[in-house]
Amino acid sequence: MEENPLHPFELHHYINLSLFGIDISINKAVLLMWVVIALVSFLLIRAARSRQLVPTRLQNLAEVLVDFIRGIILDTMGPAGMRFFPFIATLFLFILFANLLGLIPGSYTVTSQIIVTAVFAVTVYVMSLVLGFALHGVKFISILVPPGTPGWLLPLMVPIELISQLARPVSLAVRLFANMTAGHVILGVLFGLAIGGGLLIGWLPFAFTIAMNALEVGIAFIQAYIFTVLTCVYLGDAITLHGHGQESHAH
Amino acid sequence: MDSAASALLGMGLAAAGFAGAGVGIGYIFGKMIEAVARQPEAEGRVGKYMWIGFALVEAIALYGLVIAFIIMGLRK
Repeated sequence: MEENPLHPFELHHYINLSLFGIDISINKAVLLMWVVIALVSFLLIRAARSRQLVPTRLQNLAEVLVDFIRGIILDTMGPAGMRFFPFIATLFLFILFANLLGLIPGSYTVTSQIIVTAVFAVTVYVMSLVLGFALHGVKFISILVPPGTPGWLLPLMVPIELISQLARPVSLAVRLFANMTAGHVILGVLFGLAIGGGLLIGWLPFAFTIAMNALEVGIAFIQAYIFTVLTCVYLGDAITLHGHGQESHAH
Repeated sequence: MDSAASALLGMGLAAAGFAGAGVGIGYIFGKMIEAVARQPEAEGRVGKYMWIGFALVEAIALYGLVIAFIIMGLRK
C-alpha cells in the first residue's frame, strides 16, 4: 500500500494526562499552540512596553498589525465593531502565527487540525447568533429574508438563506483547515519527489518546494485575513441586521 | 469492480473539482488585470477584493480535496 499523505498530520501524545475522563494529553499541536501564544504575547508586550513617539522596529510592527486589524473592523463592521477589537485581534494574530510557524520544517501547523478551526468557527458563529438575538430580539430572525425580497419569493428565499446561514461555520472551518492541510501535503509530495529523483532530476521538484513555500507564506497570511474578514462580516451582520451593506457603500 | 479500485476512482473524481476552481481563479485574475488596465489608480482597492475572492475560490477546490481525504479514510 502506498504511504498515507496525511501521515505528517498524525498526533502522538508526549505526556498522557486526563481530567475527569477528558483526554488533555500534551501533544505537538498543544505545544505549538503554547509557542504561538507565548510568541505573540512576548512580541506585543515587548513592543508596547517602551512606547515612543518615534517607534522602534518592534513597535512599528505592532502598530502596523493593530492598524491593519482596525482597518478590517472599520471597513466591515463600522465604528460599532471596535468593541470586538480584542477578540478579532486575538483571532487574527493566533491564526496568522499558527499558520506561519507551521511552515518551519519540523514544527506543526495547529490550524491543519479541523478540531481547532471548527472550535474557532463555531465560537464565532454562536457569538454572532447570541449577539444578534441580544441586540435585536426576535426581529433577528429577519436575517433570513434579504432586504427587498418580494413576498412571493419568500418560500424560496428563506430555505436558501437558512442553508447559507448554516453553511457559514462549516465553510469557515473547512476553508482554513483544507488550505493548510493541502499546502503541506503538496510540500510533502514535492519533497518526496525531490528525494526520490536523486541529484540528476531531483533539483527540479526541490526548486518547486521553494516556490511553494513562498506561496504558502502568502496563503498563510491570506487565510488568516479571510478568516478575520468573514468573522467581522458575520458579527457585523448580527450588529446591523443587513445594515452593513449601505454603511460600507456610503464611504 | 472491487471497492479499492472504485475508491481510487472516487478520489480522482473528487480531485476533478479543481477544474472549476482553475476557471474561477483565472477569471478573478483576468478581471483584475482588466480592471487595473482601465483604472490603474483603483489597484489597491480592487486588489483587496481580488485576494478575498481568490481565497474563497481556492477553498472550494479544497473541499474536493477534503472529500478525497474522507474517501481515503473510509477505504481501509
